[in-house]
Amino acid sequence: MRFLLKTSYEQDLRLFRDAVQRNWYIALGLALLVLPALVPTYLVDISLVFIYGLCGVSLMVLAGYTGLVSLGHAAFLGIGAYAHVYFVQDLGLPWVISVALAAAVTAGAGVLVGLPALRMTGVYLSIATLAFALIIQEVLTRWERVTHGLKGRPVDKPVIFGVSLAHDAAFYFLCLAALIGGLWLTANLLRAPTGRAWVAIRDSEIAAQSMGVNRARYKTLAFAYSAALMGVAGALFAHKVGFLAPDIFSVLLSIQFLLMVVVGGLGSLHGALFGAAFVALLPVLISEARDRVPAWAGQVVALAGKDAGAAAFLGVDRFVKQPGLEPGLFGLILVLFILFEPLGVYGRWRKVQLYFSTFPLYKRATFRRQKTYMRSERLR
Amino acid sequence: MTLLEAEQLSMNFGGIRALDGVSFEVNSGEVFTIIGPNGAGKTTIFNLISRIYEPTRGRLAFCGRDLLRVPAHDIAALGIARTFQNIELFEHASVLQNLLLGRHAHARGRFVEELLFLPRARAREVAHREAVERVIDFLDLQAHRDSLVVNLPYGVRKVVEMGRALCTEPRLLLLDEPSSGLSVEETEDMAFWIQDIRTVLGITVLMVEHDMSLVSAVSDRVLALDYGRVLTVGTTREVQAHPDVVKAYLGA
Ligand SMILES: Nc1ncnc2c1ncn2[C@@H]1O[C@H](COP(=O)(O)OP(=O)(O)O)[C@@H](O)[C@H]1O
Ligand SMILES: [Mg+2]
Repeated sequence: MRFLLKTSYEQDLRLFRDAVQRNWYIALGLALLVLPALVPTYLVDISLVFIYGLCGVSLMVLAGYTGLVSLGHAAFLGIGAYAHVYFVQDLGLPWVISVALAAAVTAGAGVLVGLPALRMTGVYLSIATLAFALIIQEVLTRWERVTHGLKGRPVDKPVIFGVSLAHDAAFYFLCLAALIGGLWLTANLLRAPTGRAWVAIRDSEIAAQSMGVNRARYKTLAFAYSAALMGVAGALFAHKVGFLAPDIFSVLLSIQFLLMVVVGGLGSLHGALFGAAFVALLPVLISEARDRVPAWAGQVVALAGKDAGAAAFLGVDRFVKQPGLEPGLFGLILVLFILFEPLGVYGRWRKVQLYFSTFPLYKRATFRRQKTYMRSERLR
Repeated sequence: MTLLEAEQLSMNFGGIRALDGVSFEVNSGEVFTIIGPNGAGKTTIFNLISRIYEPTRGRLAFCGRDLLRVPAHDIAALGIARTFQNIELFEHASVLQNLLLGRHAHARGRFVEELLFLPRARAREVAHREAVERVIDFLDLQAHRDSLVVNLPYGVRKVVEMGRALCTEPRLLLLDEPSSGLSVEETEDMAFWIQDIRTVLGITVLMVEHDMSLVSAVSDRVLALDYGRVLTVGTTREVQAHPDVVKAYLGA
């Protein structure tokens, strides 16, 4: 058993719970520093984990902490990506200023979505954000002077303060730095009145209001902040993909972002990161599996006979090369998580942690949710 | 001195007349209780004071200020805090976070200060925490600080919700059925706390309550409401003996 003795209020304001947790993060940081030397071929994929991590944090603020589920977050990513490329390549602005402006533009778009969203909740809000995303995709297609429409537009490698970050490792560190920065800012907001106001709106708008939370202000702020993070992620994403086309920012991508926060665990920043790693690496896993699984299956079945082995190889090969496999798998995983692990990967991780730190006193009931039937939507 | 003044309040929900010309005054420093059968319109009065509903007619004033010009989210800053009949806590947050949210009306900070967690934001957080700890001590909530509200028993939630309201440092506290769902023992604790809130913290209390032992233990004045109309106002004993009140409760 491990006990945490608290001796000052400052202790609850720290980003890390205790020295043990801080040391784990330091170890993780060091591991991430040496990673480029260890797995040079996967650096681009891991950079995408960091970019998606930023997207996950962004949607976590909105959906996980404020309770506003957006089905159109890919649109903000798109706005950020195109805005950044326009500022850097067409207007020739310095990289850092361009990213800041892209964040400001997406934040503005976030406010535009947030304002009508003040009157909507639940499913209606999600549908509104979905409609917004479809409109943005249409705009990206039609506004050819800026976006080059369906032809798409190539994106140069980032050049920051005159230093070219063309190398994969340099880009990796750029994305890592952006993610850490985004995490730090978000964690700061979450331990301040703003973050509490968001959680309050999520759990009971009426009570939040009666305690002095201006719903309109904090909902709009959540949209703006979430969109701004998405804008920064979009700028990095543009460099990562190297070529922008409107169909990248599809509804499917928005759903993947939602998948990230649900699979990771709603209501925690850790969850956003777990989810991002999952969503960014699953396609990599699938493509690896595409190459290898048919051969394995062939070999296993070949034990029963050569012809059967060859048939198995072809059958499995055809199955894994089906085009709909990836979205299908994403959907299946989403459903399974909602059914069996609503707290997400992070929730499962906490259970395992608690099991070890309280061993042998772990009680299953600790995590069992009590059902209450007392709350009513009408205030009577 | 009159703290809260309601004049000819009426409230219609579609065809239902929930309140029909209700007038009363709450004086500074007293415990004022509203009683009445279910559906009498008691909670509706609270929702009007919190500005969740807009009255169909009537006037509401707090310390001489017209409440009907104040938006719902500024009511707490004026010095009015409330609890809800069916408990409206932030369930997936800890008790500490719930209580800290009670400080929101005093949490005027700059977004940038919070974003970068500058020393000023940190100092404010510590100050809020100190205020919250005073309430925790007052209500004996030490053991539950870090528990999530979803995992707490009903009785404790009731106390936490009252604590959250106290954290706003109100001048007027609205309690909607503070004893409903509580055991006899918990109800007795509640009576002591309400008395302490009035005498130690100097907060005026306006409450809706059914439990007559609690009502008579703490109330200075009682208002009886039925079908949205005031039957009578007076001491507990006077109101209990009033023929209209007896009729309303016994349905004669
Ligand atoms: N939001 C609402 N919509 C429609 N009718 C309502 C609403 N709130 C209250 N009422 C009606 O107003 C009347 C008074 O309700 P309420 O004030 O909750 O009574 P109580 O005295 O039990 O607290 C009831 O008839 C109730 O049905
Ligand atoms: Mg009621």
